[in-house]
Amino acid sequence: MKTFRIGGIHPKENKFSAGKKIQQTELPKQVVIPLAHYIGAPGEPVVKKGDLVKAGQLIGKANGFISANIHSSVSGKVNKIDVQLDASGYKRPAVFIDVDGDEWLETIDRSGEIVRECHLSKEEILRKIQDAGIVGLGGATFPAHVKLSPPPGKKAEVLVINGVECEPYLTCDHQLMLEKGEEIVVGITIIMKVLDVKRAVIGIENNKPDAIENLRKIASQYNGIEVVPLKVQYPQGGEKQLIDATIGRQVPSGALPIEVGAVVQNVGTTFAIYEAVQKNKPLIERVMTVTGKSAVSPSNYLVRIGTLLTEVVNQAGGVPDGTGKIIGGGPMMGRSLMNLNVPMAKGSAGILFMPDEESIRKPMKNCIRCTKCVTVCPMGLEPFLLMNQSERNMWTEMEKERVMDCIECGSCSYTCPSNRPLLDYIRFGKTSVGAIIRNRAVKSVTK
Amino acid sequence: MDKLIISPAPHIHGGDTVSKNMLAVIVALIPALLVGFYFFGLGALIITVTAVVSCVLFEYLIQRFVLKTEPTVSDGSAALTGLLLALNLPSNFPVWMVIVGSLVAIGIAKMSFGGLGNNPFNPALVGRVFLLISFPVEMTSWPVPVPFSTKYLDAVTAATPLASMKGHLGTIPDTLHLFLGNTGGSMGEVSALAILIGLAYLLYKKIISWHIPVSILATVFVFTGILHFANPTLFASPVAHLFTGGLMLGAVFMATDYVTSPMNTRGMLVYGVGIGIITVLIRAFGAYPEGVSFAILIMNAFTPLINTYIKPKRFGEKRK
Repeated sequence: MKTFRIGGIHPKENKFSAGKKIQQTELPKQVVIPLAHYIGAPGEPVVKKGDLVKAGQLIGKANGFISANIHSSVSGKVNKIDVQLDASGYKRPAVFIDVDGDEWLETIDRSGEIVRECHLSKEEILRKIQDAGIVGLGGATFPAHVKLSPPPGKKAEVLVINGVECEPYLTCDHQLMLEKGEEIVVGITIIMKVLDVKRAVIGIENNKPDAIENLRKIASQYNGIEVVPLKVQYPQGGEKQLIDATIGRQVPSGALPIEVGAVVQNVGTTFAIYEAVQKNKPLIERVMTVTGKSAVSPSNYLVRIGTLLTEVVNQAGGVPDGTGKIIGGGPMMGRSLMNLNVPMAKGSAGILFMPDEESIRKPMKNCIRCTKCVTVCPMGLEPFLLMNQSERNMWTEMEKERVMDCIECGSCSYTCPSNRPLLDYIRFGKTSVGAIIRNRAVKSVTK
Repeated sequence: MDKLIISPAPHIHGGDTVSKNMLAVIVALIPALLVGFYFFGLGALIITVTAVVSCVLFEYLIQRFVLKTEPTVSDGSAALTGLLLALNLPSNFPVWMVIVGSLVAIGIAKMSFGGLGNNPFNPALVGRVFLLISFPVEMTSWPVPVPFSTKYLDAVTAATPLASMKGHLGTIPDTLHLFLGNTGGSMGEVSALAILIGLAYLLYKKIISWHIPVSILATVFVFTGILHFANPTLFASPVAHLFTGGLMLGAVFMATDYVTSPMNTRGMLVYGVGIGIITVLIRAFGAYPEGVSFAILIMNAFTPLINTYIKPKRFGEKRK
């Protein structure tokens, strides 16, 4: 069974919501749609207070190339444009819309019928993806059209589809592969056309045999699409790890996947691309998992972007007793939330309740130099050393030790028998080293 | 719900602890201990209990009254040091010397450097080598194995197989005896089989990787093989070298000590080969019949250097 070649861990999967049908949540009274998602410049609002909008209507225009359009996810009246605390803990500009009915733009095809044929040109498809505001739904929310436009001189050879969902607890991608398999495969053919590649591989971990079987059956009717079952191993959903696992190529330090001829898209993003191109539907809703050991009904929900997380949680049975921490995303890379009054964003893959006893870290002890952090690091780094250097502000040395290669997967902190907060210190070092590198670049330009 | 905990990712932990690791090594030592008790009886029991109790006690007292920090003896590392020290001693060794060895191991080799994780040298080996240099007679009179012996200080002694291999080749017991442990030596080193069972357990529990023990044993095997091939009357066979003295015990339990060994598998191989070469040099050409302890301590000193220059295989690293 294939997997990536360096490091990795296997946390308890705890996929309580696996196999739970995607349920549509009820429309809230108000949505708060952030104009900025985690990566990229905030969009320019194109509506004002009092405007009537329909679901799917453009409300925020992309600002620059690495930025994505924002659309209204509901029909109603713009209440105000103001700042709102989002899941990342920062205040960001957002459009507040009072919901009235559920009227969609007429151009959007809302029927369940699958549209397989696509006669658009490369450029037309790319334009549609860009207009629809599609970003990577795996969590990084990088605008999809940027990834699908390789820089001049670089040519993609293989499209790698991420159906790994290696984060414990989360099941939204799994469920999507079961319920929307055909749409995903059509989406893959569309991306293949944009990239002009003959080969696509779908990486799925073998804890989802039903998804592997489903996509295999569908993919066999298309040319050049192959499902690759992978051994369960975290962080296989990391772009570089997935490319290594599926096609056996390692992206060099500091380079992008295109360097080895690969482009990676998540299955959720692929589905969104299908909907944008074949159904004219912008990215205004996504599937998210609400789960946890004590969650009332762990399940997968289809939620409109901008719905406050409180509303989603209330429909999923409320916050369970004894919850000490609420995480936006998965337990390995998600963010702990201050409260649930934050809007659902394009990158929100899950809400996870952690019980009290699992919420507090245990006290840190001396490093016993057991090498476990080095063994599990999927990038071949030495977390114990980077933490030591970070504690002493040794930025030059950290850069030499390749701190910028760190993908912040958290395997080191997860493994440490002395409970050392390795990743916290490494992240701190990355910020400092990153600033030094940017300064250097600015200086070399202004010289 | 009004008080949520905020912390950076990751939000889950694998549940591994320092004490779980130490306990696993102690469990892996059980076969060797049992063999020691079987062949050396009462003496082995007295020495083991003395070493473990005094190591734990010294660590507790030093942390409580000298360093004035929270005692950490519950992590099991002091008990493990005591156990390893005992396994490296002859079973007719006087109790007061065991206590002195424990004090050196814990007090000087471990606590004076800042406790667990900060010691550059393996504490149990420092204790052992201190005793070897201070009390050479007591440290080199090895009782003859007698099942369930009740003799302690008055046990009958004889030269170890390794000593008979030194200089001119004397009678070497056959390999099966060496393998099972029916020979003279320190209580933990005599049975290669018991130590290999411990190794299998450590590998299975992923406490250690194969790199250090295998590179040491392979190096000794190859190096002594060359010597034996060159001059069979002067140098014993590589198989005899593998199964005699403290080599097995050292390769599996002493050289693999987390704190004092290199931090990645490439470095571990260099370290293991180094230990193997130094061991054979001392055994074949040095003044002592046995060189494993010295070899490990010397390579402990090289560990920081190895860590500086030998890096793990990076992701995306080009093959040379």
